[in-house]
Amino acid sequence: MNELNQDPQQETGKRSTKRTVATLALVTILMFGFAFAMVPLYRLVCSVTGINSIATNSGRTLAENIVTTTDTVSERNITVQFDATINGNVAWEFRPSVRSIVVKPGEKTTISYYVKNHSDEAVVTQSIPGVTPWQATKHLKKIECFCFDTQTLQAGEAKDMGLQFVIDPELPDDISTITLSYTIMDTNRSESLTPNTDNIPTVGSDSTASNNKNTNS
Amino acid sequence: MSTTTTHEDHHHAPPTGFGRWLFSTNHKDIGTMYLIFSLIMLFIGGGMAMLIRAELFYPGLQFLEPDLFNNLVTVHAIIMVFGVVMPAAAGMANWMVPLQIGAPDMALPRLNNLSFWLLPAAAILLMLSVIVPFFGGGTPVNTGWTLYPPLSIQSGMGMDLLIFTMHTLGISSILAAINIVTTIINMRAPGLTMMKLPLFIWAWLFTGILLIMIMPALAGGVTMLLFDRHFGTSFFDAAGGGDPVLFQHLFWFFGHPEVYVLLLPSIGVLGVIVPTFSRKPLFGYKSLVWGMGVLLLLGMVVWAHHQYTIGMSVAATNYFMIGTILISIPVGLMLFNFMLTMWRGAMTFETPMLFAIAIIVMFSFAGTTGVMLAVVPADLQYHDTYFVVAHFHYALIPGALFGLYAGVFFWLPKWTGHMYNETLGKIFFWWTTIGFNLTFFPQHFSGLAGMPRRIVDYSVQFVEFNQISSIGAFIFGLSHLLFVYIIIQTVRGGEKAADKPWEGAQIGTPGLEWTLSSPPPFHSFETPPTVK
Repeated sequence: MNELNQDPQQETGKRSTKRTVATLALVTILMFGFAFAMVPLYRLVCSVTGINSIATNSGRTLAENIVTTTDTVSERNITVQFDATINGNVAWEFRPSVRSIVVKPGEKTTISYYVKNHSDEAVVTQSIPGVTPWQATKHLKKIECFCFDTQTLQAGEAKDMGLQFVIDPELPDDISTITLSYTIMDTNRSESLTPNTDNIPTVGSDSTASNNKNTNS
Repeated sequence: MSTTTTHEDHHHAPPTGFGRWLFSTNHKDIGTMYLIFSLIMLFIGGGMAMLIRAELFYPGLQFLEPDLFNNLVTVHAIIMVFGVVMPAAAGMANWMVPLQIGAPDMALPRLNNLSFWLLPAAAILLMLSVIVPFFGGGTPVNTGWTLYPPLSIQSGMGMDLLIFTMHTLGISSILAAINIVTTIINMRAPGLTMMKLPLFIWAWLFTGILLIMIMPALAGGVTMLLFDRHFGTSFFDAAGGGDPVLFQHLFWFFGHPEVYVLLLPSIGVLGVIVPTFSRKPLFGYKSLVWGMGVLLLLGMVVWAHHQYTIGMSVAATNYFMIGTILISIPVGLMLFNFMLTMWRGAMTFETPMLFAIAIIVMFSFAGTTGVMLAVVPADLQYHDTYFVVAHFHYALIPGALFGLYAGVFFWLPKWTGHMYNETLGKIFFWWTTIGFNLTFFPQHFSGLAGMPRRIVDYSVQFVEFNQISSIGAFIFGLSHLLFVYIIIQTVRGGEKAADKPWEGAQIGTPGLEWTLSSPPPFHSFETPPTVK
């Protein structure tokens, strides 16, 4: 009841308060760091476990174990549809040379995508693929693709960009149509792209697409 | 005892004037400011909801531009989550945590002042983000509250202000959470062991821990967004090697536990109200505490059920589906505990109890639609339809907001020293409950029929459902004028409240707040009470 008894108690109270606050503050800082640690961890987890196997980026690198010998060409007919999307309001043209073709699994097929830069600036583009249905993603093997690299387009330049692929004969039986879709993106998002710049961020990355892209596979 | 008397010499009557509030370190004053702040934000966010419903009364464009409509949807959500429910719950914690655990104040009173005063700053930033597009600030923030890139990287200056709003709100709630958790752990009255704490305290302990775990992750996510917008990074930009889906993971790693941040304080309030008006001790107290702990752990690891359509592998979606369905076990346990508390109790139906019963009914309904949404093949159909809108409004309005209303009616006599007008309270309950159901029940049907959410226009076959919804929304919105009237009337006068206005308030719980006068003195529990 006297001060001698009370003081030590209050002191312990203060010390444990400090300890609790320090612990909680540490958790806060760690969790903030965790968000940034997620950037490499997310890629690592996805590539190790394959839980993100359906995601768009999976078709971006050269396929391994391509089977192209003629004796494995099967008699099935697979319709492959091509799709093109331009990301953001930029003055480009982007379309596949054919909308759809019929191929047999094991057969090597080449098509192209036409792209034209109508703006008066040079641009560096990167195309991001996507495959529907997702189950077909790992069976669509790309031998050559414009999406493996960035593509530079001078002002007003047009070109046909090649795409060569094989469909793996192990494609599940219930799939008869595959849609291969590309979204073309501007990697340096320059401010002066015309004509419609309203929806383009005013400041952007002059970024490092070609350096980073392989980390995505 | 001599220390006690010298102590009283330091504290005279409450300071007067504006300084009392601006420099306040008193948990009761800060609690009051939190509650008033959230009430003001409720009207701003509610006003936006009224505009949205007015626009949707007819298909086609009435008076809102599509971008402005989407901006209103975005800001409505952010205000309701961060500006209304979280501050109101924090205000209630400020008032009730020290009173219920027998502490003289919060552990860190000056930090408490800071965490409140960051909120008006955040609110101003948020309003600026709405206003700048009208003065050449580019496209309004039209992403919805989830702020998904690439759209959020493309929108105008409002997005930057919104990111800073998120930072400010995040700092505010982290500081408040640290304060509350520290108070609960260190400042309990002698003899008040953890397993004797009122359920509200347990609920806030878990809420605080959740906030500390998740708010920094959101802060990190929006910081990366800011870097992508202005500093040339490509965290979320596919062209630069980033992945927009990563932001979705970061957002929902915060966003799903956030649901429990909103829900748990109200569950805590129910855990105090239901035994009081059933005049029986809370049934299964320990299981409720453990249930909330399990809810916290499960809630942290099921976030991707918001993202079934992003193209995860079947194994991953299965994991998230099963985890999500498992959550219905602790939540169901809570609801059954409340029902069994009422079982054979001597129940009376004052306004707080009416809200409590309505919450149990309507929140169960949200739980049912939640299980439907958790099932992957069904969700692919329901995703981004009004069915989702109906589901989360049924979860959050009864689960969070009505719980807070119940708490306001329950503790208003303690806070003000006056009884509220019971008749008006009951009228408010029925008015607001009917309005709420009229608004959101039809949205289940329009959603199942395929009406997409977050779009200013809709197909003509949905007209009837939308008109019922809009009429319900106006009824629901108007009812809150009565709510404010009841509060003002109670603050200004009315029947004098007893120290313990509710007969059953101390059944099965120490109920320390009821040992104080109504209203409690400005400085309470300077000598800690002893709990047997």
